[in-house]
Amino acid sequence: MYGRLLVAGVRRQSSYPLATLAGLVANATFGLLKTGILFAAVGSAGGTLAGYDVGAMSAYVWLSQGLLGSVNLRGRSDMMLRVRSGDVAIDFLRPVDVQGAAIATDVGQGLFALLPRGLPSVLIGLLAVGMTMPTSLGPYVLGAFSVLVGITVSHAFVYLLAVTGFWLVETRGVTVLYMSVAGLFAGLYTPIWLFPDWLRAVAEATPFPSMMMYPVDVLTGRVTGGDAVGVVGVQLAWLAGVLLLGQVLTRAGRRTLEVQGG
Amino acid sequence: MIIETTGLTREFRVREGLRRRTVRAVDELSLAVTAGESVGYIGANGAGKSTTIKMLVGILVPTAGEVRTCGLRPVQDRRDLARRVGVVFGQRSQLWWDLPVGESFEILATIHGLRDGEARARSAELVELLEIGDYLATPVRQVSLGQRMRAEVAAALLHRPELLILDEPTIGLDVLSKQRLREFLVTQRREHGTTLLLTTHDMGDIERLCDRVLVVDHGRLAYDGSLDGLARTVGARRVLVVDLAAPAADLVGLPDATHIRSEGGGLRQHLAFDAESTTAARLLFAVSERAEVRDLSIEEPEIEDVVRSIYAASR
Repeated sequence: MYGRLLVAGVRRQSSYPLATLAGLVANATFGLLKTGILFAAVGSAGGTLAGYDVGAMSAYVWLSQGLLGSVNLRGRSDMMLRVRSGDVAIDFLRPVDVQGAAIATDVGQGLFALLPRGLPSVLIGLLAVGMTMPTSLGPYVLGAFSVLVGITVSHAFVYLLAVTGFWLVETRGVTVLYMSVAGLFAGLYTPIWLFPDWLRAVAEATPFPSMMMYPVDVLTGRVTGGDAVGVVGVQLAWLAGVLLLGQVLTRAGRRTLEVQGG
Repeated sequence: MIIETTGLTREFRVREGLRRRTVRAVDELSLAVTAGESVGYIGANGAGKSTTIKMLVGILVPTAGEVRTCGLRPVQDRRDLARRVGVVFGQRSQLWWDLPVGESFEILATIHGLRDGEARARSAELVELLEIGDYLATPVRQVSLGQRMRAEVAAALLHRPELLILDEPTIGLDVLSKQRLREFLVTQRREHGTTLLLTTHDMGDIERLCDRVLVVDHGRLAYDGSLDGLARTVGARRVLVVDLAAPAADLVGLPDATHIRSEGGGLRQHLAFDAESTTAARLLFAVSERAEVRDLSIEEPEIEDVVRSIYAASR
């Protein structure tokens, strides 16, 4: 059943091709910008920076840009609007877990976005810039799973923001906070491996790298073998934690739920 | 009992500037509905109707009191209850806004765990009865309000619930759409014995659909009984307003009707009549024997008026 909701998410996303195209253009533009800046950084560091050469850096840039349509780093969600408008009442009328249903739909939309936004981004990276990718099958298989977990962690976390609306009503502040922190620590602007040690330690203590940085690392073969499995393990642990917290907050929120708008 | 509440209470905290005030939306409400009944739940805006319904289905947690719906505890057994109750909130949609109407039905069928064949048969039945076929493939956001409401009702009935709760199902609908929806609901009840609980501001809904009326006021039950009884209690009669060709004396002494007032020196006259004992046509005939009628209109009693007089009477 949650699978059906996931498909519904896919279908919803696919009904807005123009929005998807606009997202892709924005992705590509910022991808080129990132490429320029980070290539310059690699160049001035003498060809390698924190283990990245230009090929590896390009792979990072275009994969992370490609995931941007699928990993939710903006903090906004359908659920947030539903809590705000009171439409969440409808969700409680269904014989499903409210959290599970919301996240399944969002992950469905995220997975769909991999086709029109993820794939073109990777193609631009491959054809226009050139990027170094693994030559064996392993990293791709584990990487695909890691990407799926990453997408799910992001939507599960954004769900937490949405349910804070049970108490806050106005959740824009939470969204802005998330947007600024999540992007930085998920490794959207630069790999977190370029951070000073203390900042990297802070990032690694949060679930944000599990959303984008770790999947990109696994997929590009920056981490391999047992280390890669370990990274995915960390992702899964964060996913479990975030989902559990979501359950707790949903239950607590129902107690205070007042259903906006009658 | 399919619905049973004892001392059901719900309070809300309302913030007014810096001060907080507690409002009792539902106040020690005790009511019981037997399976198969059709109950109209009426009251003015803010009387506590929607809050009651939300507690009945487990959306809101009661502040105090007991509630059992289909024998279940709504909050704790929410998911089990959801399989046995269908709810339509006139102001909110349970369909997927950007997906075709038909796909919403498919998703709901899956959510309710209906088997494929069963789901298809039930969906086809509802689509035919509610005349949804023409816009089954249209995204929900592009259908008209009347079409959407029919789809909402179908969505709520897909899993064959024993209890159907309708919160303002006819709000904003035109006369024809209202009529079709009411006819459908009457048929559904007759064929499946579905229990019906509906809130409305439309007296016509109550007259055509309900055999029992509950009036709630300030969160308390102000009346519980038949519609006739309600009409008798408050004198909720219809009023025939006739415009005459020439001023005439007050039309008193007409059978089963009472002259209320005249305007324009007798050009327009208001005649109250009890729809139980006579019809508008019979009254019109009686009037036309005494004066030439140029135009007419019929005023239905407003639910707000009914509730107001009940409230006044109960004090």
